[in-house]
Amino acid sequence: MKARVTVTLKQGVLDPQGKAIEGALKSLGVAGVSSVRQGKVFDIEVDSSDRAAAEAALNQAAEKLLANMVVENYRVEII
Amino acid sequence: MNAAVILFPGSNREGDVVRALASASGRKPDIVWHADTELPAKTDLVVLPGGFSYGDYLRCGAIAGRANIMDAVRAHAARGGRVLGICNGFQILCESGLLPGVLMRNRERRFICKMQHLRVERADTAFTRAYKHGQAIKVAIAHGEGNYVADDETLRRIEGEGRVAFRYCDANGTVGGAANPNGSAHDIAGIYSEKFNVLGLMPHPENLIDPLAGGIDGRAMFEALAAA
Repeated sequence: MKARVTVTLKQGVLDPQGKAIEGALKSLGVAGVSSVRQGKVFDIEVDSSDRAAAEAALNQAAEKLLANMVVENYRVEII
Repeated sequence: MNAAVILFPGSNREGDVVRALASASGRKPDIVWHADTELPAKTDLVVLPGGFSYGDYLRCGAIAGRANIMDAVRAHAARGGRVLGICNGFQILCESGLLPGVLMRNRERRFICKMQHLRVERADTAFTRAYKHGQAIKVAIAHGEGNYVADDETLRRIEGEGRVAFRYCDANGTVGGAANPNGSAHDIAGIYSEKFNVLGLMPHPENLIDPLAGGIDGRAMFEALAAA
């Protein structure tokens, strides 16, 4: 089973990398970009064919390691 | 004093801290590999040195914070044993849950490597008793992710419990404003655990122990630890 965990910064947490990318896009003349927030994507293969078990394992992975819950949120998707 | 310096893949300031500890205590610390599960018997102080453990992959200190040896470090801290995390070591302490909050990318996005003054917020702990309360000390900083972030409730708790160890200041001891190099909340450069036996700080006191390196303001921390 294939899954994707997306980790993003919580609202209000300063994201200097996102700001730098935003500035670069503006200087490249890409129109209509009002803001950029950078996050991380983890594509994960799970052994289990049981959807609920896979989701439980992925939630655990996100909370134990992939995301720092102080400043980040995460989303788990089974693809 | 029996000190143990933990070595992670990518640590690179362990030599500096070994030198500072040996010079203050007259005893060379043990080097402990991250995959080990036990600290040497009778360890008084554990030091997590600076560097780029695991190449800063995922987040600074995230993978090292979950290394085998960290269970032993947590148990040592729970027994009241002293733990000092410098720079990447501070990031590891935050990621491992031994200290609250997290170190984020510097506000101005640049890696900063310079001399920096800190105000000693309290001089009654095992780490700082050789300093004076409110003293401005000159040490070095060298980090890209030193911007201390915690939620409002955590900041209130840390402040209320007097757990801020050092704040960024100028040479006169004036805290904040342009003296804050990285955007840290409340100008925080270092914090203590609830029982004041764990200290994490971004600056490098271990690099200021010899007049040749520009000052000796870091020496008092290692002398205080050696005498504790």
